[in-house]
Amino acid sequence: MTEIDEASVRAEVRAWLESNWNPDFGLVEWRHKLAESGWGVPHWPSRWYGRDLPVGLVPVVEEEFKRIGAIGVAKVGIRTLAAATILEHGTDLQKEKFLLRILTGEDIWCQLFSEPGSGSDVAGAVTRAEFRGNQWVVNGQKVWTTSAHKAHWGLLLARTDWDQKKHQGLSYFILDMKQPGVTVQPLRQMNGHASFNQVFLTDAKVEPEFLVSEVGNGWAVTTTTLMHERRGADGLRSWAIASDRPGRAYDGEREEIRTTMEPYKWYPQRAGRVDLIMERARATGKINDPVLRQEIAKVLITAKAAEWTARRARTAQEQGRPQGPEGSLGKLASSQIARAAARVHTSLLGPDVLLTGEDTPMNGLLAEILVSVPATSIAGGTDEIQRNIISERVLKMPRERTGDTDKPFKDVPRNIVA
Amino acid sequence: MKFSFSSEQEEFRSSLRRFLADRSPTKEVRRLMETEAGYERDGWRAINAELGLTAIRIPEAYGGQGFGFGEQCLVLEEMGRVLLCAPYFATAVLAAGAILNAGTEAEKKALLPGIAAGETFATLAWVEGIGRWDAEGTALTATTANGGTVLNGKKTYVVDGHTADLIVVLAQAPEGLSLFTVHGDAAGLIRSSLKSMDPTRKFARLEFNDVAAAPLGTTGRAAAPFARTMLEAAVCLANEMVGGADRLREDALAYAMMRMQFGKPIASFQLMKHKQADMLLEVELAKSAAYYAAASLDDGDDDAAANAHLAKACASDTYLQTAIHAVQIHGGIGFTWDNDTHLWFKRAKSSEVLLGDASYHRELMMQNWAAGG
Repeated sequence: MTEIDEASVRAEVRAWLESNWNPDFGLVEWRHKLAESGWGVPHWPSRWYGRDLPVGLVPVVEEEFKRIGAIGVAKVGIRTLAAATILEHGTDLQKEKFLLRILTGEDIWCQLFSEPGSGSDVAGAVTRAEFRGNQWVVNGQKVWTTSAHKAHWGLLLARTDWDQKKHQGLSYFILDMKQPGVTVQPLRQMNGHASFNQVFLTDAKVEPEFLVSEVGNGWAVTTTTLMHERRGADGLRSWAIASDRPGRAYDGEREEIRTTMEPYKWYPQRAGRVDLIMERARATGKINDPVLRQEIAKVLITAKAAEWTARRARTAQEQGRPQGPEGSLGKLASSQIARAAARVHTSLLGPDVLLTGEDTPMNGLLAEILVSVPATSIAGGTDEIQRNIISERVLKMPRERTGDTDKPFKDVPRNIVA
Repeated sequence: MKFSFSSEQEEFRSSLRRFLADRSPTKEVRRLMETEAGYERDGWRAINAELGLTAIRIPEAYGGQGFGFGEQCLVLEEMGRVLLCAPYFATAVLAAGAILNAGTEAEKKALLPGIAAGETFATLAWVEGIGRWDAEGTALTATTANGGTVLNGKKTYVVDGHTADLIVVLAQAPEGLSLFTVHGDAAGLIRSSLKSMDPTRKFARLEFNDVAAAPLGTTGRAAAPFARTMLEAAVCLANEMVGGADRLREDALAYAMMRMQFGKPIASFQLMKHKQADMLLEVELAKSAAYYAAASLDDGDDDAAANAHLAKACASDTYLQTAIHAVQIHGGIGFTWDNDTHLWFKRAKSSEVLLGDASYHRELMMQNWAAGG
């Protein structure tokens, strides 16, 4: 085998794209071709739609796609987490059944981890899966489920053994969302949007071959999914931009982005819209207020420093060097930035803070920042949990003693309801 | 712009860290800070001779090693970690920077090899009683007398000004703002060392009474090279500061892990864990800003000036805040003279203000961005 270098990878993918890419393919048709070629996910194993390419060379392939304007495999949403989890823990049968349709975008996925009684403490799940006859029967309630109403499949964490300790009694399943035992209800947030759902599971069925890994190993599999969620957090939050070029494939992609991104349309606002601060400060003339200038500068400094910190972590990773602590700090930084940005936007809005929607500047977008920012320090792991993770895993500080891991889970105290 | 350290730089960093830990333990810092000079000429010469630290950013044509700000800032960060008592910042950052930015080819050839070789100890004198960090407050005059130039006036807050062999001086000449060099032992120059709050960085007041001076660069055209020197110095200082902040953070963490109260290490209290996580975040952000600002200077980035102000503002706030937390985490012992924390606390406080505090640099950053559209 010849040595894999940047130039030869670039030449090879460029040649393949030049002879295969055609914007008049249907989106799914094109992605089937792409998946077969291995260029859609070049870092995946060659047996499963990839080319065994080092992760460091993926940007080279992406650059070539961008250069020619070719559309990549479906990447937005929970499906990437499903793919990563199935690749690592799934059986060949599961890979066979699910991976291709993830890449083509034909299947939509959702994640069924959080419950009303377990948010930060995901391993405290009490949704129950029991093996009855020849299949698993699931009962319980899940919450904060993005896209549940459209999803074909769900990544389900459920308790299969109540006599085991907390983490040992969990199992991980792939749940068919289109069945009578699954009821989905939208969950309205404080900013008025309903991006998430509650999912009620009443005797929902799972075929035995859709258990991922082994019974009792659900926590290890969940950790894989969560790790990819954190690693890709920037990707999930970034805005997918539709091309305005003509062609059937582009039409398909525009439609896909429109529907997939719909629940995320307020996400830029929850991050504080630092990008709008300078133009708003100029437009309002408040840029000349020396006190406000200081506050603006503070937000911009933290935002820049956080961006550079993420870049530092990424570069280290690309160079194959171990990531320093800088890799774990982004989430905590983004909460700080979002709050500070909301304060500055408050000063810039002045009395318009009292109003909302079309009665406020930018058709309510700025007002939406103020009631969306509180999500940033909660979603995807609260700031408090992030600080626990940083102090325990990065700084190696002692773990706190918990009261729920030393006994059978059935004996663990639950919420006190008066 | 790609920025991160190469494996060669990382190796250099670890050997430098070991070397400085060995040569500049806190005991040595405490000994040197009690001296009038604040360092020992021979001791510093020996350290410098081994590693060529003053030569790093001086081009090879002038006897240096020709590296960039990336490398010099790495050195400063490591010096900041150990509070190295040496005239490095004054010589290799302030004076060498002014000479490189303002000097003619002949002046650079005459002045820089001595600095690179570690023979010449130098500094830059620009601040006057009015206390401004930019050139605005410059009242010291340069006038022609007997075919030469003489300087008259006062400078203060001159880093290592009482011990420098060569002093670069910012002055008002009839042609406008100008830079000159004078010898440390020149006739008519009265040097008084000031009592420095941070005993590891000494300042002096200089009084010039008809002191003979040699021009540095074109007389009347010093505004741009001087401003550039200030920007570069701000980036260098920011890197030195994040080194100190990181060390403080590590020491406070080690103390929290060791200190037992109520039968367990105080590091096991969630409040302490969260504080340490916040400190890590703040220090890592400031490090990124300092590193990025150095890379911007090396790359000639359009945003290099804004990034320099950003890095210094960030470092000023972060170093002091980290120092405040570090004293607090140590508790009572952290307020004692025998505990080392106050050495870094004082460096943090002094560096917070040196070259301009956080508000000053935030304002300059905003002016830069507002001007840039």
